[in-house]
Amino acid sequence: MAEITYLEAIREALFEEMERDADVFCLGEDIGAYGGAFKVTEGLMAKYGESRVIDTPISEIAIVGAAAGAAHMGMRPVVEMQFIDFIANAYDMLTNYVATARYRAFLPCPMVVRGPSGGYVRGGPFHSQNPEAGFVHTPGLKVVYPSTAADAKGLLKAAIRDEDCVLFFEHKYLYRRIKGEMPAGDHVVPIGKARVARDGRDLSIITYAATVYKALEAAQQLEREDGLSVEVLDLRSLAPLDDDAIDATVRKTNRVLIVHEDTRTGGLAGEITARINERCFEWLDAPVLRVTAHDVPLPYAPSLEDFVLPQTADIVLAARRLAAY
Amino acid sequence: MARTGTVAGGGRGARGSAAAPPAAVPADDVELTQLQRLELYYWMRLTRSLEERLVNLYRQTKVVGGLFRSLGQEADAVGSAYALERSDVLSPLIRNLGSMLVKGATPVEILKQYMAKGDSPTRGRELNIHFGDTARGFIGQISPLGDMVPVMAGVTLSFKMRRDPRVGLVYVGDGATSTGAFHEGINFAAVQRCPLVVVVENNGYAYSTPTRKQTLAAQFIDKAIGYGIAAEQADGNDVIATYAATRRAVDRARRGDGVTLVELITYRRKGHAEHDNQSYVPAGEIDRWERENDPITRYLARLRSEGVTDDALAAIDARVAREIDEATDLAEQSGVPEALDALVGVYADPPSERPLWYRAGQGGVVDQHERPEGWGTYDAAARGAD
Repeated sequence: MAEITYLEAIREALFEEMERDADVFCLGEDIGAYGGAFKVTEGLMAKYGESRVIDTPISEIAIVGAAAGAAHMGMRPVVEMQFIDFIANAYDMLTNYVATARYRAFLPCPMVVRGPSGGYVRGGPFHSQNPEAGFVHTPGLKVVYPSTAADAKGLLKAAIRDEDCVLFFEHKYLYRRIKGEMPAGDHVVPIGKARVARDGRDLSIITYAATVYKALEAAQQLEREDGLSVEVLDLRSLAPLDDDAIDATVRKTNRVLIVHEDTRTGGLAGEITARINERCFEWLDAPVLRVTAHDVPLPYAPSLEDFVLPQTADIVLAARRLAAY
Repeated sequence: MARTGTVAGGGRGARGSAAAPPAAVPADDVELTQLQRLELYYWMRLTRSLEERLVNLYRQTKVVGGLFRSLGQEADAVGSAYALERSDVLSPLIRNLGSMLVKGATPVEILKQYMAKGDSPTRGRELNIHFGDTARGFIGQISPLGDMVPVMAGVTLSFKMRRDPRVGLVYVGDGATSTGAFHEGINFAAVQRCPLVVVVENNGYAYSTPTRKQTLAAQFIDKAIGYGIAAEQADGNDVIATYAATRRAVDRARRGDGVTLVELITYRRKGHAEHDNQSYVPAGEIDRWERENDPITRYLARLRSEGVTDDALAAIDARVAREIDEATDLAEQSGVPEALDALVGVYADPPSERPLWYRAGQGGVVDQHERPEGWGTYDAAARGAD
């Protein structure tokens, strides 16, 4: 079977879900006639028309709020944030309205907010962000962030079918760099399950999204140069977190490095460390370490961006320190 | 774009001081049977009397949170909601108790909500009249103002997409018109030609802030021009005029002619909530509105002039009093929510969160953990852990 890109996998999921369920519709800025800033939705309007592929005003509050209202009425809206950085404009609507709807008012809110996220692309402060942590912190929202093409497709299909709001982060660095074969048939990846991206014995790297590939590169180098067997756990879902998969890898290797592209303070690594501390402290042979972005807005210049974001060499260095503990 | 049906002369406008009640405006001729006209009186009386009962319960500390009154605004709430069909959907504001009653909320539900009962509509999760029921056609509001405009844009977008001839109505106050959500939502709905009615209840104050500090627009319907939508304005203390203006907007939406901004001019006679001493209100202003422009007093005079007898009105008052007494008795019998119910229903899946270990009646987290053979320095047995 031919391989398709991460981006094409997302598009394929949208086509398949719109075909499967007439209640699924897309709305966002420039997604219709133009096909979206990254062309993720290209061809959707031609096939499904303006009423199901809606070009909206530049109004993130209205787009998310309208999606919620339509979802209450039984529709399955899929919102595109042109860049995920702009989701901050809808933070109130997502956290105060959408996230609480089921709990406070028994209103179902089956909707997806998806959008290009992440750096390594010289996008500067407003086209590179990873704002997942604030939403992972919000009860009532689910958050997924796939790293492979097959997971991108399968998780988006699961997100569209979920009965609650799912924030679907797409890594724009991976859009056209990553390819994969799509499993045959109706490929749905359950939300809340991590994936062992590489088996190992000596230490574990827990990560997600683009840094999965940096972790895999580091694992190869560590095997080659240090004879270390490194396991890489790709979380895929950030809310809910797959505690069982995290526990399993901790119990297996007893040494854990957490890597994420998001900034350090208040990032996911802190939460995962706390859970390991609560759930399997006794299984650790070393303190949990983390490699993250520095706590600064993401700068534009390559020399600056590369310094701020986690790189393979940083992961190798941290893993060696962990192995030597 | 048409601005049809604007009632001239009735509005004091946003820039006018709240000190000047609008002159009485003759309502448009509307087709309402006498039974319907009496029904309007029943809803207004029920709203006011129910709130008066809530004040008593509040003073007895049986209302566990704040109390929000709509005194003086009963006509705008009842008259506007009365313009909707049963299958239409409404999103109320904190001063739309009357609208919710018209849409099918019951006094016992309201009382249980305020008293935070376990079998209240939100099972004790939300306060006061913050609840909804899509079956009866009202959507539970949230506290950040203006947010319900985008949500109702989406509700009505779904009607349009499904060619379902239903209409949505969303209330905002004068204050919420200043929010980004109001602007984004009404613009989105306008562009999409959603069957939506946006009612601005101009009651003179947003908490303590007078309307002149909220906007420089001479009147709120002027904003409709910028959105390319129709506008209606009515004396919100005249229940028939309110009904007629809203009805024109509802009919326009149902015909497929899009969004209407309806401005209902009224006056908030109580503070933002019961604790608010209204120190910011000019002396005499509240008294003047009470004396000269009480919506129930005005409507009673009209009904009597139309030949409704005192007996007929007294019968309605007696019915209201009986219903509120019965509802209060029922509400007081209900228990408080079970604490563990706090963990249920954040998501469809999982249906419930698990209690944290220190709330789960467990001995201690250490005892729950397996340990590797010969692990570490901690000897639980030697330290007397059981």
